[in-house]
Amino acid sequence: MDKLMTVRCGGFSRRINLSTLLRLVLALALTLLVILCSLSLGKVNLSPLAVLRILFSSADPSLTFIVEQLRFPRIFLAALVGAALSVSGLILQSIIRNPLASPDLLGITSGASAAAVLYLSFFSVALGQQFLPVAAMLGAGLATLAIYLLAWKQGASPLRLVLIGVGVSAMLTACTTFILVFSPLTTTLSAYVWLTGSVYGASWPEPLALGGWLLGICPLLVLLARQVMVQQLDDSLAQGIGVRVQWLRAGLLLVSVALAGAAIAWGGAIAFVGLIAPHIAKRLIGPGFGGQAAMAALIGATLVMLADLAGRTLFLPLDLPAGIFVAVLGTPFFLYLLIKQRH
Amino acid sequence: MPSIASRSLTLSYQRQVIIDELDMQLPKGKISVLIGSNGCGKSTLLKSFARLLKPTHGSVILDGVDIHQKSTAAVARELAILPQMPSAPEGISVRQLVSLGRYPYQSWMQQWSVEDEAMVKQALAQTGLEILADRPVDALSGGQRQRAWIAMTLAQDTGIVLLDEPTTFLDLAHQIEVLDLLRDLNRRENKTIIMVLHDLNLACRYADHMVAVHERTAFAQGRPEEVLTESLVKTVFDLNCRIIPDPFFGTPMCIPFGRDVPQ
Repeated sequence: MDKLMTVRCGGFSRRINLSTLLRLVLALALTLLVILCSLSLGKVNLSPLAVLRILFSSADPSLTFIVEQLRFPRIFLAALVGAALSVSGLILQSIIRNPLASPDLLGITSGASAAAVLYLSFFSVALGQQFLPVAAMLGAGLATLAIYLLAWKQGASPLRLVLIGVGVSAMLTACTTFILVFSPLTTTLSAYVWLTGSVYGASWPEPLALGGWLLGICPLLVLLARQVMVQQLDDSLAQGIGVRVQWLRAGLLLVSVALAGAAIAWGGAIAFVGLIAPHIAKRLIGPGFGGQAAMAALIGATLVMLADLAGRTLFLPLDLPAGIFVAVLGTPFFLYLLIKQRH
Repeated sequence: MPSIASRSLTLSYQRQVIIDELDMQLPKGKISVLIGSNGCGKSTLLKSFARLLKPTHGSVILDGVDIHQKSTAAVARELAILPQMPSAPEGISVRQLVSLGRYPYQSWMQQWSVEDEAMVKQALAQTGLEILADRPVDALSGGQRQRAWIAMTLAQDTGIVLLDEPTTFLDLAHQIEVLDLLRDLNRRENKTIIMVLHDLNLACRYADHMVAVHERTAFAQGRPEEVLTESLVKTVFDLNCRIIPDPFFGTPMCIPFGRDVPQ
């Protein structure tokens, strides 16, 4: 049974689930541990203690460069990408009221991918690579807007959103393939790495830009947290208890696009995180958006960090895109949770 | 206590008119039951009372004011609705579900006030769900689940409760259990209850006021004894029947028959 604690202070009151809090602290500890391991391992293996010495005092400049300039931004970017995709998936699953909903299924990823491939094929020579994230985000936003407008019929119903999302997504994927077929080989290669999802070669400006963006979305998430749960009731019930259902749905959809779009823009189309990480979080933490979102962020971050760690260490000297390993790492753990729950 | 009425209310889906120019006043503090054949518009009417449907013409008057002039949250503090077969968020416990009924009283700052706690506790007690409070809603039986939903509407602390076929898919024992609970709430808390029921005999037994919806309007209304007649059942349901007083409760009892007319 969950232990509940009530906090009241003047005009402020909350009910806090202590077991949720404890689990979050444990997950945070695990995430920090994974960060430390990722910083230690690579072409040059260091001990965790050596890493701590590099971070908090002075050490050999070449090692400091490896840890602080090569590994840290990349790990940081992986964590942010995973966290954003995962929270986005959690929100989508609740507004669509379907456990299969994720940025991949709903056209956010395919919109970003189509735009990114289009950019890589036709604009990157003239404009350079730095506008690729902008193109990807634009694609994600436009695809979602199109889906939302097409789904509108006296309000946007979850079922119409998911059906039209799948349709638009399939169409955009076809477009992506079409463009790729007609592109020169070098473009196809870089597009392919992007489509798999990779944080290869990340330097500090990238995680800082993504982090800044996500930090900007956080207040919205905190404001809407209370409403995500009621959104999962039927529309008529939700409206019956005083929720403006259509506004809320549009607002939450916007937040999830802003999260996933940004993550994909900087990390590429990493699939599966947005589906599996929220599910793992929901198995670990009971209903209530705040706790589940925090857990989903930690799980998503850990998953992508581990996938990237596997990608850059297991097949040395090759450095494989993180996207390849997400499913390989996430699925067994998810299946384990499902089987454990059956008993 | 708020009252609910309709003024030349016209409801339609696309171009099809469902309810046409209806003027109706439902009695305060009583149990009103809407009856009628499938697709006659009784559920639609109930929805419009809860502000879930915008009328094409006319208005629903809640407490003297057009319901569409009020905000969603203001309506939610005066009136609760329980739709047919509602679905609960995955894994939610009974206590959490009932707590959701407090939503219209909460804000970002205030999410679990002393009053919230007291009302949820009271709602759980009134529905006899205290021992099941920490169970997941998915694990409850049909009757218990329906009680949990009713508890949620009670936590909403409204003068009016609307229910769309609250006894559907329940076995007879649980139907009676739910209806008894609703009557207790009406008698003890003086709540105005408006519901759609399919079982005419149970409708007669529990209703103070009965409305037969037919031909896009309130075809007949009044006490069950006045409303439920053999000719009404023939007109509204296209069904032959005898109406006799219930030997136990004295309320009208409808004995339907098809082609086999008893000699």
